[in-house]
Amino acid sequence: MVEKRLIEAVREGLREELAADPDVFLIGQDIGINGGVFRVTEGLLEEFGPRRVIDSPLAESGMVGVAIGAAMNGLRPVVEIQFADFIFPAFNQLVSEAARMYYRTNGEFAVPLVIRAPYGGGVRGGLYHSQSVEAYFAHVPGLKVVVPSSPHDAKGLLKAAIRDDNPVLFFEHKLAYNTVRGEVPDGDYTVPIGEAVVRREGRQLSLISYGLSVHHCLEAAETLAAEGIDCEVVDLRTVSPLDTVTLLESVKKTGRACIVHEDNLTGGVGAEVAAIIAKDAFEYLDAPVQRVAAPDVPSFPYSPTLEDALLPGPSDIIRVARELAAY
Amino acid sequence: MPANDGSDRLHESGLDGEDAQRVYRYMLLARAISEKSWLLTRQGRVLFTMPCDGQEAADVASAYALDADNDFIVPYARSLGAMLVKGMTTQEVMLNMFGKAADPNSGGRQMPMHWGHKRLGIISMGSSVGTTIPRASGVALASKLRGQNAVTMVYFGEGSASEGDFHEGLAFAGVHRLPVVFFCNNNGWATSVPIGLQSAEPQISKRAQGYGFPGVTIDGLDPLTVYQAVKTAVDRARSGDGPTLVEATTIRMMPHSSSDDHLRYRTQEELDAERQLDPLPRFRDLLISTGLLNEESDQTLRDSVDQEVEAAIGYADAAAPPDPATARDRVYAP
Repeated sequence: MVEKRLIEAVREGLREELAADPDVFLIGQDIGINGGVFRVTEGLLEEFGPRRVIDSPLAESGMVGVAIGAAMNGLRPVVEIQFADFIFPAFNQLVSEAARMYYRTNGEFAVPLVIRAPYGGGVRGGLYHSQSVEAYFAHVPGLKVVVPSSPHDAKGLLKAAIRDDNPVLFFEHKLAYNTVRGEVPDGDYTVPIGEAVVRREGRQLSLISYGLSVHHCLEAAETLAAEGIDCEVVDLRTVSPLDTVTLLESVKKTGRACIVHEDNLTGGVGAEVAAIIAKDAFEYLDAPVQRVAAPDVPSFPYSPTLEDALLPGPSDIIRVARELAAY
Repeated sequence: MPANDGSDRLHESGLDGEDAQRVYRYMLLARAISEKSWLLTRQGRVLFTMPCDGQEAADVASAYALDADNDFIVPYARSLGAMLVKGMTTQEVMLNMFGKAADPNSGGRQMPMHWGHKRLGIISMGSSVGTTIPRASGVALASKLRGQNAVTMVYFGEGSASEGDFHEGLAFAGVHRLPVVFFCNNNGWATSVPIGLQSAEPQISKRAQGYGFPGVTIDGLDPLTVYQAVKTAVDRARSGDGPTLVEATTIRMMPHSSSDDHLRYRTQEELDAERQLDPLPRFRDLLISTGLLNEESDQTLRDSVDQEVEAAIGYADAAAPPDPATARDRVYAP
């Protein structure tokens, strides 16, 4: 196995699925000749041609609407929304159409569709290039929402998403593209959607997270271990549908839980996980369930001093973990 | 010489006599279903309907220009006539009206007149209008990429043409010269809002120029005109020359839906005057003038249509409702 960057793993997943299945095609802004603004799709236009890699007009709703129609006529579109922040014009297409097509047609029409979008802050992208949008979509029955943390999972989950017969939102942390490296198997493999994984075993506290924040949890767990606080790190990988079995097993073992995400606090994935723990692991808890998340501010502001004041990171996790351990 | 005039017009349209008789029967059937459905809502036997009275010529004759076996329709709520031409049976329509388990459109999950039928190539619609327009471009894109020799026709009202998705769907189809026909039923009313409050330019077809393909405005009350214009657009799409925007000016003889009272925004005089333009008697007169129909055969046709509708109502009313135990099923495809 070769160590690769997360961006390379995503590209490899796309390339292999394009090569394996003639029904797969890509559509998005700047993904063709420009290779995507993050270069995720670099080289794919040259390799697969303009019928398989389509530079879309600047119109997110139309792009997703076109993809839904193509999916209903036998293709498997993979849409790139340039930044997750720009997904909202397509919200109606995703929620009112893609998400409920299978339900409203009583199982006649499926929509095998993947929406890829870079999310997250820490790149000085300001209010419109930094958001986490997974909670909006995790609320919607009929959608699946995937947020990989490692190159291995990014490739395997992306392949699973492309082969899934449901609409899947696939969020890639833009800061992770080139900073997160890991071993990626050559050739074909998938990582099943809806399965969490324990990244680090521990006995005293469950840190439950997804995406780039998993790495913040692992970093915090190292520091905390030196203090004698033994943390388990659960990587949800899929935020809808949630793997309640894995997260509940962990909390039942440790008796303490802290959910960590970069999305802002209120109504986030952490709230749902906390409610599940409160209902199904209540008698195992030794401390209140805590959340580490961005504060309820519209998005991360541009100036580094302002953004750094809001970005949740390892030090926030460490502070809350100490409180929980001492409870 | 009205007789010769009618024959000439028929000949010019490209429809033969048998086609014209079929179109007329579909128009009668759509009207009968629409009227009966309205009565059923008044009786409380059906909970909702969206009448298509006045749009039968536009819906039936446009769909008649498609290859029913291979082409796709992306409908809207007043596409009843087109659904019948595409192959939906009166029984299936009534199962939809009654929200029964065997309704092929949605198994009772959607409101009546919300169409979708995979086997017939009818792409499902919801209630959020305009979303269908880029969807039609996507269906057509897939046809092009997969080498299907299929044309997609999407129906919508002039109100939907105000949605951003109208612009985005047409722009995409223009760029990729997709085999799609955009069929706008312009009846002048988006529920209670008149065209003058939708757009300072009342002619929707002019917008096609902005997307780089032809747009035509036609008399949507005359099935021969509609067929001829749509056939031209369908042939153009099938031969790879790209989309056309066809705007059919029609009338809305009934309220927007069974939940609407159009006298809140229209006068009885205006409605009475509009009723004079009803496409059905006009086409009947033309057929009589050509000898394809007479008073007797017209009555026989109407009786057979009424019997068909009554039988379908009886069947659908007696059919099983959806099992409440299935209400949570099929949220996700396996």
